Amino acid sequence: MSAVPVIEVRGLRKTYGERVVLDDVSLTVGVGDVVCLIGSSGSGKSTLLRCLDLLEQIDDGVIELDGREISDPLVDPREVRRSIGMVFQAYNLFPHLSVLDNCTLAPRKVHGRSRSEAEATARDLLVRFGLGEHVDQHPDRLSGGQQQRAALVRALCTSPRLLLLDEITAALDPELVGEVLDIVRELAYGGTTMVLATHEMAFAREVATRVCFLDGGRIVESGPPDQVLFDPEHQRTREFLRRVLPQ
Amino acid sequence: MSALWEPSPRERERRQVRARLTRRRVAQGSIATLVVVGGIAAAVLLSPGWPRVRATFFDSFHARESLPAIVDGFWINVKMFLIAEPIILVLGLAIAVARSSRSPLLVPLRGLAIVYTDVVRGIPTLLLVFLFAFGMPELGLAGLPDGAFFWATVALVVSYSAYVAEVFRSGIESVHPSQWLSAEALALSRGQALRHVVVPQAVRRVVPPLLNDFVSLQKDTALVASVSIFDALFTARDYANYNFNYTPYVVVACFFVAMTVPLARLCDALAARIARRERAGAR
Repeated sequence: MSAVPVIEVRGLRKTYGERVVLDDVSLTVGVGDVVCLIGSSGSGKSTLLRCLDLLEQIDDGVIELDGREISDPLVDPREVRRSIGMVFQAYNLFPHLSVLDNCTLAPRKVHGRSRSEAEATARDLLVRFGLGEHVDQHPDRLSGGQQQRAALVRALCTSPRLLLLDEITAALDPELVGEVLDIVRELAYGGTTMVLATHEMAFAREVATRVCFLDGGRIVESGPPDQVLFDPEHQRTREFLRRVLPQ
Repeated sequence: MSALWEPSPRERERRQVRARLTRRRVAQGSIATLVVVGGIAAAVLLSPGWPRVRATFFDSFHARESLPAIVDGFWINVKMFLIAEPIILVLGLAIAVARSSRSPLLVPLRGLAIVYTDVVRGIPTLLLVFLFAFGMPELGLAGLPDGAFFWATVALVVSYSAYVAEVFRSGIESVHPSQWLSAEALALSRGQALRHVVVPQAVRRVVPPLLNDFVSLQKDTALVASVSIFDALFTARDYANYNFNYTPYVVVACFFVAMTVPLARLCDALAARIARRERAGAR
């Protein structure tokens, strides 16, 4: 593992008006780390991910990407986002473009690849993730699971340094969750650096190198999955797990 | 806990940088505006023909002289617009709803609505004004006024209701099918679904294009000058022909601008309010 972490967050604070959404959050993500953020709705998981992608202006603290502060107002956010991939809960595919065009838009327009090169990469990934026959279809023709896989491929097509996944299975039927998680698992074992907000505790336990429990905008507890999920130190964590884990 | 929070030195520094960036953007914007506006002004004012143009189009004496008559004439345009617009909105919406009806009894109405929009939109508005203002009084229809003002207003209503109907229809069709579905699932009739679910959403969406048609209608009230109604334009032409000075045209233009700009701002404000209320937090 390299000495400089991919993402280093220190004392991050984010408010919407009077409401404090993230309060003194610190997080380090090393190369190849898979960090799972857990916690109830409104605990700040999604906001934290959006802050990392500079989609939200933060109110205090520092975010570093590969040792360079990206929370500096002088940093061009688009340049940062070039090396970060993000997948949303509601897929957010562009409905007017085919699956292939969704996947080649950024590589062609932002990363300057040629059409043939971008399409070859996208096709390879789409075939690898079982979407080979849907390449030329429009997203609305696909099932939720297929759409979310396409969204993952879209994020991967630019070979991002870091992948942010925001509850990507929360909108899916239970039987479709597996096909999406299979991909994430494959990526995790392949060494992709990821931060994911998730409600899938079993999955978090399986793939995470670290689990962070957020409550009221703070990281209450953080550690290896077996410790946080099965032997939590904090009362709040225990209460949360009792509610979400079937036992 | 938040009461205890003080911005860190780094955050304070960052705020200064953000403030500086904002100031720089404001300065850039101001300079760009000055350069563009100044450039245009210089190009006009320094052109060789400017003194002559100023004398014929921007003469303060003629502006003052023609003003009272133009105010009187403009009142006719305003009146015509104020009468026509509500009727157009109602008629346009009715035609749009008729076109999207599925009831077998309404089939003839639907056909009529299609023919109406197709034919009327194909005829130049000026021609409609001629046809109605000169032709209709000749029919000698009992109970209807035969004044040019009445029939010119009818011509505008006929013309614009066809456009507005198409705007409404595109709004109705842009509402996602799932909205129809969930209305039907609540056992609402098609009419009820239209009335309570689809049309309210459609109307919000078509406010900007509707405004476009409003502004266009306000200006097209000037078309009635061609059938000898003493509106603002006719008055201005009258004055210009007698005095060989075109300043009144510019005065009339200013009146129309003064009427359309506040309407545009009002509609922007309305649209912004709807967006704030209904799309809060959606990203």
